[in-house]
Amino acid sequence: MAGKVVGVLALQGDYERHVRALEAAGAQAVEVRTAAELAATDGLVLPGGESTTMLKLLHRESLFAPLRAYGETKPIFGTCAGAILLATHVTSPEQESLGIMDIDVQRNAYGRQLDSRVVTLPSTLGDLEAVFIRAPIIRAAGPSVHVLATYNGDPVLAEQGRHLVATFHPELTADPRVHAYFLSKL
Amino acid sequence: MILNEEYRLKVGLAEMLKGGVIMDVVTPEQAVIAERAGACAVMALERVPSDIRRDGGVARMSHISLIRGIMGAVSIPVMAKARIGHFTEARVLEALSVDYIDESEVLTPADEEHHIDKRDFKVPFVCGARNLGEALRRIGEGAAMIRTKGEAGSGNIVEAVRHMRTIVKEMRQLTVLGHEELMAEAKRHQAPFELIEWVAKNGKLPVPNFSAGGIATPADAALVMQLGAEAVFVGSGIFKSENPEQFAKAIVKAATYYKDAHKVLEACEEIGESKAMVGLEISKIADGELMQTRGW
Repeated sequence: MAGKVVGVLALQGDYERHVRALEAAGAQAVEVRTAAELAATDGLVLPGGESTTMLKLLHRESLFAPLRAYGETKPIFGTCAGAILLATHVTSPEQESLGIMDIDVQRNAYGRQLDSRVVTLPSTLGDLEAVFIRAPIIRAAGPSVHVLATYNGDPVLAEQGRHLVATFHPELTADPRVHAYFLSKL
Repeated sequence: MILNEEYRLKVGLAEMLKGGVIMDVVTPEQAVIAERAGACAVMALERVPSDIRRDGGVARMSHISLIRGIMGAVSIPVMAKARIGHFTEARVLEALSVDYIDESEVLTPADEEHHIDKRDFKVPFVCGARNLGEALRRIGEGAAMIRTKGEAGSGNIVEAVRHMRTIVKEMRQLTVLGHEELMAEAKRHQAPFELIEWVAKNGKLPVPNFSAGGIATPADAALVMQLGAEAVFVGSGIFKSENPEQFAKAIVKAATYYKDAHKVLEACEEIGESKAMVGLEISKIADGELMQTRGW
């Protein structure tokens, strides 16, 4: 990991919290808003935020195709909206996605903000405090997806090869383990 | 401090809105246009501030059918406004499950001394502020997001700039003081001591700090972001412009790329020759009609 640079897609959302979390886990983190900035990184985080907003900016700023190509060789970690962008199929409502992880995701699947919650979950990384905010649910995962944690029986932390998704927000806690695990994939 | 689990969830949603544009909408159709343009949330209301200003009279919480229609039309978060101190309107909006409540000076205040006790709610609140003391009093009451007030419905950025500069400067000043000087600062700002201490240590508010009130162009949005806003609220600026969809898209772009003048230039070009909303000179607004002075 030494000398590696991790980007955080900074079109919209809690990218600043991810930069801080990555730095706390020992990485050099930079904000990414253009294809040139993307090309200068060794791994990328897609933060929480509004997936519709990010999707629109990805298209308007011609970042959609470069991002999809990036995922073919470099690791990407998506949280919440980022997990939605990485999915193969998105519902409620249907929307386009990068198709980098073999997962089906339902947006805002727990309900509105009043249904947001903080829970403690067992995971392969140990017990994690999981902050869910208007979170999606992974409704189906392909055979090559490895589930690291579940909540109410649904996967909430999962990996497929070099890529990682969380439907909750490890960047909103002081616990660096999930980010550190992503960094181990660089 | 008030950073319990529920408060973290409230602030957490505000974190998700950062770098984005929250747009005022008065119909489900406008909400769809806003979402399609890239808004990260919408504010559902019956009249945009410039129309409230024009019409006069008492401005209240919107009709429920209208808010419900907007909630059904989009998948992004929906906020709605309650009058200052009107905790019953707020309870109604909470029962409706809106995602955020704006206890807003744009509506006619219901209480001229007290704001809503926001800690007592599960739904998060955003409140306006003109200076650090006002921001910290609102946070002390439980607000999970602050927006500078500016002057709503004016189409004039000058008040938004004044308020953002004031808050940022007052925070910076606290960071250079000794701990023994902070109680006098708490007294001067009329703010809770613990929050003054927190700001002195961290140099920022403990909740996200957004900008509102007078943003009418992509350059306005980029300006307040450069001054320290973490996201922008655009009220009348979009749907009172000549081409709302173009303005909405261009302002979204400018809010994301606020540091990159070439991208802001592109955003300015995207609106072509469409006219922005008509602006008001603040000195021409009668004192009694200023919205920013509402709130205590």
